[in-house]
Amino acid sequence: MKSDIKLIDSHGKRLDGRKPDELRKIKIEAGVLHRADGSCYLEWGGNKVLAAVYGPREAIPKHTQNPLKAIVNARYNMAAFSVEDRKRPGPDRRSREISKVISEALEKIVLTEKFPRAAIDVNIEVLDAEAGTRCAGLTAAGVALADAGIPMRDIPVACAAGKIDGQVVLDLGKEEDNFGDADLPVAISPRTGEILLLQMDGHLTLKEFDKALDMATNGCNIVSDLQKKAIMDKYKSVLEVE
Amino acid sequence: MTVIPSIKRDYLSKLAEQGKRADGRKFDEYRKIEIETGVVSKAEGSARVKIGNTQVLVGIKMDVGEPYPDSPESGVLTTAAELVPLASPDFEAGPPDADSIELARVVDRGVRESGVVDLEKLCIEPEKVWIIFIDIHILDHDGNLFDAASLASLAALFTAKIPAKRFELGEKDYPLPLKDPPISCTSVKYNGVVVLDPSLDEDQIAEARLTVATDKSGDIRAMQKGLSGSFTKEEIKKVIKASIDNGEEIRKILDRSIGK
Repeated sequence: MKSDIKLIDSHGKRLDGRKPDELRKIKIEAGVLHRADGSCYLEWGGNKVLAAVYGPREAIPKHTQNPLKAIVNARYNMAAFSVEDRKRPGPDRRSREISKVISEALEKIVLTEKFPRAAIDVNIEVLDAEAGTRCAGLTAAGVALADAGIPMRDIPVACAAGKIDGQVVLDLGKEEDNFGDADLPVAISPRTGEILLLQMDGHLTLKEFDKALDMATNGCNIVSDLQKKAIMDKYKSVLEVE
Repeated sequence: MTVIPSIKRDYLSKLAEQGKRADGRKFDEYRKIEIETGVVSKAEGSARVKIGNTQVLVGIKMDVGEPYPDSPESGVLTTAAELVPLASPDFEAGPPDADSIELARVVDRGVRESGVVDLEKLCIEPEKVWIIFIDIHILDHDGNLFDAASLASLAALFTAKIPAKRFELGEKDYPLPLKDPPISCTSVKYNGVVVLDPSLDEDQIAEARLTVATDKSGDIRAMQKGLSGSFTKEEIKKVIKASIDNGEEIRKILDRSIGK
């Protein structure tokens, strides 16, 4: 969608005052829910996301079980009040697709072969939405999985880059997402740099794509440090209590 | 009853005979309540309520639409509850089941029948009224969802602003037309004892449940009995008394959270 809104001013600053390669404010807290095996609360700009992990536990219904490895079920759900116009509760085509790509990204990183016939359920609830909820959700899921003690190769992390007013920028905000030229959410395994999730819509030249991917990966690495800090913070305080 | 609940049942019943509860509370003692309002910026009003480890988030959204044909001059109020699988290993994704429908309807009744929201003032013009959506999101289930959900709904309603500006129906957003709310208190019965504010284990082994909503002057405004067990008349009277006493305390916490 094209519009007359100017997304970058003459000083190179974006609508919310960020520089092109600057992330929105991120806050991560691990272990916030009592019932879940692992959980995480994450604020990313105006996004507020909760993730909870249950499992590994017996996969139900039985026909979904894999005799060789565990299945990872991520379920991305938006609260009815998380968006401007109330969203009808329950899954729609968009959230089903996001659930699928997140499940597949997480499956690659979890040591599923350790838990044949089991399911690892990852529930992601978007409480407040403002562009980039799938990246926020996957990042929260990574922390919740670690908090649940699920064996993983790495802690997965996601971040988006995009193009606004012809310029490649990191982590699109709300207006930038609506009126920008392209959006590129990426999830990686920060230790190896492997790409776990990649989607794109809009228009990028090859050169712009290279730049955007590098930028998103750098963003991922910054967020990854925050994830690790959140997990350390939780377990540090546990250690002190004991 | 499967194995684990019956073990819990025996354990809690034995404790009850000694006049004790598993978490050390008295029979008529409520857990700690925390209310936080304005937690969701996209919602017209929102509140997160914690009762012990139970956590419930309620968001209010509003829209302009048609009234019900039988009440053309009143606004519309709808309540929905989602028992999302995030909150408990026993909740499953999918369309609302009987439990979440009962929860939504009990909360709805507490708000609607007591006339907390003055729906007639929500009529904009004939055939055009405000619609209020109360969406209840259970985040962490540790028992007594009824009280947590109704309290969160009230706190969200009392901090909600009608989005007049967004719908180009006025210059400024303004608060909902509200009256003093009734406060819900839930008790359950197992093995002959009645306890207030059931924890998850108590909820799971409960034979009967009673939710009583009382108002400021101590009158009863809504009731709901649930589950297959029964209460005696004396027990019901005791439950009502406990609900009035605790309702007063909870009302103070609510008033403080909404800045009254």
